Parts: sequence; structure tokens; C-alpha cells
Amino acid sequence: MNPLTRRKLTTIALNTAGVVVFLAAVFPVYWMVATAFKSNNQIFTTDFIPFPTEPTLDHVERVFDKGVAGNSIWVYLKNSVIVAVVTVTIGAVFSLLAATAVARFRFKGRVPFLILLLVAQMVPAEALLIPLFLNLQRLGLYDQLFGLVVVNVGLTLPFGIWMLRTFVAAVPKELEEAAWIDGASRFTTFWKVLFPLVAPGLVATSIFSFITTWNEFIFAFTLMRESTGYTMPVAVQFFFGQRGTDWGGIMATSTLMTIPVIIFFLLVQRRMVSGLVAGAVKG
Amino acid sequence: MTIKTSPDTRGGDQSPASGRRRKQERRPRKGLPAWFVPYALLLPGLVIIAGLLLYPLFQMIVMSTQKVGLREIRRGTTPESVGLGNYEAILDNDLFWSALRNTVIFALFAVTLTLVAGTLVGLLIQRLGKKMSKLVIIGCMAAWAVPPVAVGVIWRWLADADAGIINWFLNLLPDGLSQALFGRSDWTAVPWLNDTLSIYTILTIAVVWQSFPFIAVSVLAGLKSIPSELYEAAKVDGSTGFRTFRKITFPLLKPVFAVLLVLSVIWDFKVFNQLFILAGGTTNRDAFNLSMYAYSEAFRSPPKMGSGAAIAVLLTLILLVVTFVYVRQIIKQEDIR
Repeated sequence: MNPLTRRKLTTIALNTAGVVVFLAAVFPVYWMVATAFKSNNQIFTTDFIPFPTEPTLDHVERVFDKGVAGNSIWVYLKNSVIVAVVTVTIGAVFSLLAATAVARFRFKGRVPFLILLLVAQMVPAEALLIPLFLNLQRLGLYDQLFGLVVVNVGLTLPFGIWMLRTFVAAVPKELEEAAWIDGASRFTTFWKVLFPLVAPGLVATSIFSFITTWNEFIFAFTLMRESTGYTMPVAVQFFFGQRGTDWGGIMATSTLMTIPVIIFFLLVQRRMVSGLVAGAVKG
Repeated sequence: MTIKTSPDTRGGDQSPASGRRRKQERRPRKGLPAWFVPYALLLPGLVIIAGLLLYPLFQMIVMSTQKVGLREIRRGTTPESVGLGNYEAILDNDLFWSALRNTVIFALFAVTLTLVAGTLVGLLIQRLGKKMSKLVIIGCMAAWAVPPVAVGVIWRWLADADAGIINWFLNLLPDGLSQALFGRSDWTAVPWLNDTLSIYTILTIAVVWQSFPFIAVSVLAGLKSIPSELYEAAKVDGSTGFRTFRKITFPLLKPVFAVLLVLSVIWDFKVFNQLFILAGGTTNRDAFNLSMYAYSEAFRSPPKMGSGAAIAVLLTLILLVVTFVYVRQIIKQEDIR
């Protein structure tokens, strides 16, 4: 075989492999969306129907009108948005403060604190769930969206600080020093110099926390008793408790839950990887 | 090796000092004393982490030596101490050992498959053309972004006995091949989510499907950091694909692989949402992993929170050992000192 045909064949083989990987990655997601828009006839069949050839909005309308567990999906979407947005807002303030401390100052206890942030990512949710469940009950925050917010702030903060500190560290210190020389106070420097430069990083970190909170299931499932307080993942799970699984409805709800995440994800994916593997990739 | 990760990952205090006179000016003229500032900034975050992480962990350890049942939860009576009784009861229970077995075997398979698949895809993307690699990356992102609960839901649907695509696909295989591979040629209405082995088979596929993109993208980022001269030199010396990977790529990316391995182990050891959906809640006790077992002990009636806490302590201890390796690796690489 001459080298030219060989190179051509390699290219074809690589591109085929690429298409296969793409299809394998995308198909399950596509199948969820496709099922959400299929008629029941086309859902409950042993045949393979690649496209919703009789597309219908029945399932989407049904989950909004009738919903699940006695409430429209609006209720759960609203709860999910409230919990995620409030968590992210509170988390952004605290993680920015802590990240500044860790990235800008050398102080006693800094390294132990950073190690604490890493170790926090290991703790299994079940370990915290049991004591937090009892604590929230004692504090009267059980079955309250605010209680769920508090828990989610705790869950997202360690990684938020870890990720944000690299953004703070990336801002040249000379800029702040220049402001100090001009007589600016610490607060003015922070607010007028550091904050605008860290803002993109803060957005990336916040989106990451948003996704974590939006996806969180086990705490929402355990800490909210009344169905009016369920978040999206809990509502999706609730479909299975009913007699005869309503796959059209489930897929419509899952699609509504997944789309915001996919959008956000495409916005921050690059930064997320660099945050997670931070040290390792730098070498 | 240096990689251009978008944020600079270095610590802060690295700007070179530019002379004695400027050094004196390196602080604002008014405000809090310098030594106090970092602690003031850190305080709120530390309070939250202490209150929602450290203190509950401490409570969990205490509870694991107590009997915390319905009476203690409802009336708030002081729980009675049982010493190591909860641990003894758990270690005596077959359910713990089956849950431990499920957890470990699942992690073994899922981590290996995820790392292999992710690495292969990473290597593939690097060799693809611009448009094609972008397409594959976007596809990977889509799989990666799906919320864990939705992952469970999607795969439960794909593995549905009657209308599932998996059975449809297996029915397509030539009968002889299917017989030889799985000892069965008719896949009509075969339930996947009843017995432990097939639940975990689906769970493994689902988790690998969701987590290989992260590995692929990280490996890709690492690959881009390796100077291409090394590969050219290898080519001149007549090195083949696999040998090049073994002698050049792998050693240089070892730190990346170390972190990816540990992160995968941590994530797969505590997988909960996907299993919860696939196994249909906590009714199928044979399919428990340690997370599910701890959850079900603590929250299924009658609640036995003490023994749930004991299981959680054991799981945490296992993960702590793994995390120790992770933390050491991170500290070695990144100058957080």
C-alpha cells in the first residue's frame, strides 16, 4: 500500500471512530428529548422509531397542567430556580471573600484550610444527611426551602472557593498595589480593582454551583416533606411511584430539567476542567 | 510541562519584588491591620464549612455509637449510648457485606472502563481534524451535562423490558452470535432492572457514559501540553503508536492520570442518584451499595439513624484513605504552600 492511501485510510478510520463516539455520547440524550415529543403509540412499542414522526406536545402540556404529585411542573421548576439562585448568590459572596483571603494573603492556617477544601469534596452526602436532617428539624428548617438553601451553600462552598482562588490569583497584584499607593482603602481596592477583574471567574464558579444545586437530589428528597416544596429531580423520581410508568411525562420533565444544565455547561466547561484538575495539569 | 489552563493556577504572592522603596508602599494606608484581614475574609466561609460539614461529621461519629430511633427523633430524648454495638451489628449483617461487595466491584469496573474509554477518546480527539474534534467534544459535553437523576431515568428507559432500545438492539443480533455471547437469543421483554447483576451492568454503562467525557477532556488538555518535538523524535526512531503512548504520553501525563483516577474512585464509590433511580428506590436490598445501605438504614421506617451513621462512617473512612492520596498529589503539584 502506498503511504498516501494509507494516510487516507487512517483519516477515514479516525473520522468514523469520531462519529461513533459522537453518536454514543449524544444518542441517550437525543432519545430522552425524542421520547418527550412522541405519541404514546410510538413510545410503547417494541419497534425502533428513530424520530417522532407524529410529534405531539401532549406530554409537555400534561406535565404543566396536571403535573405530578398533585402539582404542576411549574411549582418544581420554581422551587429549583429559587433554591439554585439563592444558593449561588449567598455562595458567591462568601466564596469571593474566602478566595481572596487564600489567594492574596499568606497566613497561619492557610494550607490546612486548602486541604480542608479538598477533603470536603470527598465526604459522602449520606454522612452529612443524617445529622443535617436532625439539625434542620431542631432549628425548624425542615421542610423549608431556606433549609435546603443553607445545606446547598455548605455543599457548594468548598469547591467554589477552591475554583475561585485561581481566578483571584491570576489578577496581577501590582494593580491593587497601585491603587493603595494612590491612597485607596482596602475595600475600595477590592471593589473597584479586584472585583471587576475577577467577575468572569465568579460567573464561571457560580454557574458551576448552580448546576450542582440544580442537580442535587438526595437532600431535597429527604429534607422536603410536602410535595409543594419538591425540586425538579425529586419530581422526576416521583413519576415512578405511580401505577403504570408515564414515560412521555417523565421524559418531558427530564428534558425540562436537563436543558438549562446543558446550556450552562457549554458556557463553563473549559474552566470547570481546569478547576478540577488544577494542580495535575499544570505539572 | 506547562499547560495553558485558562485561569493561571499559581498562587498569588509571586509578583517579583521590585525594590525596597516600593515594598514599603505595599499596603493600604488605612483600614484593618494586615495580619487580621485574611481571617476576617475567611470567617464567614469557615463558619459555614464548620457548621455544615465539620460539626455534622463530628455528630455522625457520635451518633454511630448511639441508638437513634423514632423515639429519639420525635421527642428529642437523649439517645442512649451503645458503644460499638452499631458497628458490631452491621459487620454481622450479610447486607453490609453484599453492599460492600457491590460498591467495590462496581467501582473497579466503572473506574477502569471510564479511564480507558476517556483516554482513548482523548487520544482520538487530538488526532481528529478541527471540525470533527469540535463535534466530538460537543457530543461529550452533552453526555457530561445530564443531571445524575436524568441519567438514571434515561438508562432506565433504554433498559425497559418491553419498549427499551437495549432489548430491541440485542434482538437484532444474529441468533447464533447472541446465543454464543449471552446464552440467549430472544430478548423480547427481558427485564434488566430486577436482579443485582443486570442492574449493575446498566449502572456501569450509564456511569461510564456520563463520566468518560471529563476524562477525555482532561487527557486532551494534558496531551496539548506535551511538546510535539518528543513525538517527532519518537517517529524518527521508528516508535509505533502504543509504544509511543507507553514511553512518552503516559509517563508525562502520570500526574493527570493520578488525579483522574482518585476523583473517579471517589465519585464511583458514592454513586447514589443513578442507582436509586435504576433500582427503583430502596426496595431492592440486594442491589444496595454502601451509600444506599446507609440511607435506607437511617430513613426507611423504622429509622435506625445510629446504624446508618455507622455505615456512613465506614464509607467515609474508605474515601478518606483515597482522598489522602489525592491531597498529597495536589499538594505536590501545586505550590499551595
